[in-house]
Amino acid sequence: MKPGAFEYRKATSVKDVVTWLHGDSTSKILAGGQSLVPVMNFRLAHPSLLVDINEITSLRQITCDADHITIGAMVHHQEMVENREVRQYFPLLSVAARHIGHWAVRNRGTVGGSLAHADPASEWPAVMVALQAQIGVEGIDGSRVISAADLFLGYYTTELAADEMMTTIHISHPNHPLGFAEVARRPGDFALAGAIVEDFGDAHGSVTWFGVAGKPERVKVSLPKEAALRAQSFQTALQTLTQLDEDRHRQQLAITVAERAFQHSHLNGQEYFTFEGGQV
Amino acid sequence: MATKTSVRLTINHESYDVEVEPRWLLSDVIRHQLGLTGTHVGCEQGVCGACTILVDGKPERSCLMFAVQAEGLDIITVEGLSPDVKRLTPLQESFRDHHALQCGYCTSGMLLTATALLEKDPHPSETTIREALSGNVCRCTGYQFIVDAILAVANGPKEVQE
Ligand SMILES: Cc1cc2nc3c(=O)[nH]c(=O)nc-3n(C[C@H](O)[C@H](O)[C@H](O)COP(=O)(O)OP(=O)(O)OC[C@H]3O[C@@H](n4cnc5c(N)ncnc54)[C@H](O)[C@@H]3O)c2cc1C
Ligand code: FES
Ligand code: FES
Repeated sequence: MKPGAFEYRKATSVKDVVTWLHGDSTSKILAGGQSLVPVMNFRLAHPSLLVDINEITSLRQITCDADHITIGAMVHHQEMVENREVRQYFPLLSVAARHIGHWAVRNRGTVGGSLAHADPASEWPAVMVALQAQIGVEGIDGSRVISAADLFLGYYTTELAADEMMTTIHISHPNHPLGFAEVARRPGDFALAGAIVEDFGDAHGSVTWFGVAGKPERVKVSLPKEAALRAQSFQTALQTLTQLDEDRHRQQLAITVAERAFQHSHLNGQEYFTFEGGQV
Repeated sequence: MATKTSVRLTINHESYDVEVEPRWLLSDVIRHQLGLTGTHVGCEQGVCGACTILVDGKPERSCLMFAVQAEGLDIITVEGLSPDVKRLTPLQESFRDHHALQCGYCTSGMLLTATALLEKDPHPSETTIREALSGNVCRCTGYQFIVDAILAVANGPKEVQE
């Protein structure tokens, strides 16, 4: 199908965006369009005004060193896969980005768009919750910072007001091993289940799943040495979530990906990037 | 609401001035307004890859972009792959030699994705090729011949056929 009619405006500043959004309650931001346009093509959304933010080039910047990274909301997924500093200092972000959709989708889809869309099976929301990212948001009355844990309310729902815009994502490196794994039917499909695991040392850590519950939550887990005990520990953590369904298959996948993410967190160098057969 | 705006599109190194409604997808404008019907449309949700074009050298979905957004972008469609309309590129030749197409519905998207891949990585492994093509669905060939065709180009320059 084809989208319904709308008015189109190209923003060149964040101020334009929040002013226009504020002036029209059925307006929407158009970022990469990789989630919004399909939804409009199926007439599941019919915004009256689209505010295109692709020309606000300041939102495409990444600043990154060993301790911190700030990602502009309009940074493309593929840039996160390929960026040298990201790969060196925050390889988890690069590995996670590689799992998003197909190459053509990653070339246009953005980090901010993915967070705003808040698909429970998507990678970025879970990654940002696991790494306790701070999200910079602009509104008509000024800016505020939301921690990722507070941003996601549930299925496709965030804390953002209709006239607010995400501008930056800030992460401080947690400086302990981080691992990522997911299971999808084919490369590029949304995950059936995925996990990010942190290992704090002393048999403690956290697991953040995606594709398993309506929103990502960072759950503390014990990480005993024996795999069988770890599986039990992941099982216990899983029970604390309100799961999408009671599907035993998905629960088993959740335990499996958590274990794989744990294994991944202890790989280094090139092995970290080629885990699960990745080539990038 | 159906007011039109004029945009200048740069497609296959040529400029086109077109009047478009904001809601018109780039894929539809390329096909219906410009008559470049080599770009195909399968799903309009980014999944099938039939509408893939090159935007500033990178594969993107023309069904997930509005034509009003495309001003100033350097767009290549399958019609623009070969500088000479009477000749095929080595990759296109290789598709023909390896029977890498049957109905041809997926072929433009496959060619554009593979062209961009070879540009970025002239000697990709089979795994890399399959990963790059994972966003392009083919219902006919079973993919093997497409992968073979790309590998053949990657593994050595083929003499241009007379
Ligand atoms: C075939 C296919 C496969 C995909 N597979 C995956 C996958 O495996 N994993 C995954 O995570 N995603 C996947 N996606 C979705 C993709 O990652 C999108 O890029 C992403 O969900 C949305 O980003 P966008 O920039 O395209 O945003 P848009 O589609 O432009 O916008 C999405 C929503 O976010 C709002 N928005 C955008 N930017 C901002 C901002 N800065 N501030 C506030 N609101 C904003 C928009 O108004 C809209 O409501 C897939 C998409 C396709 C088409
Ligand atoms: S028509 Fe664009 S991806 Fe299928
Ligand atoms: S040749 Fe028919 S879909 Fe690929």
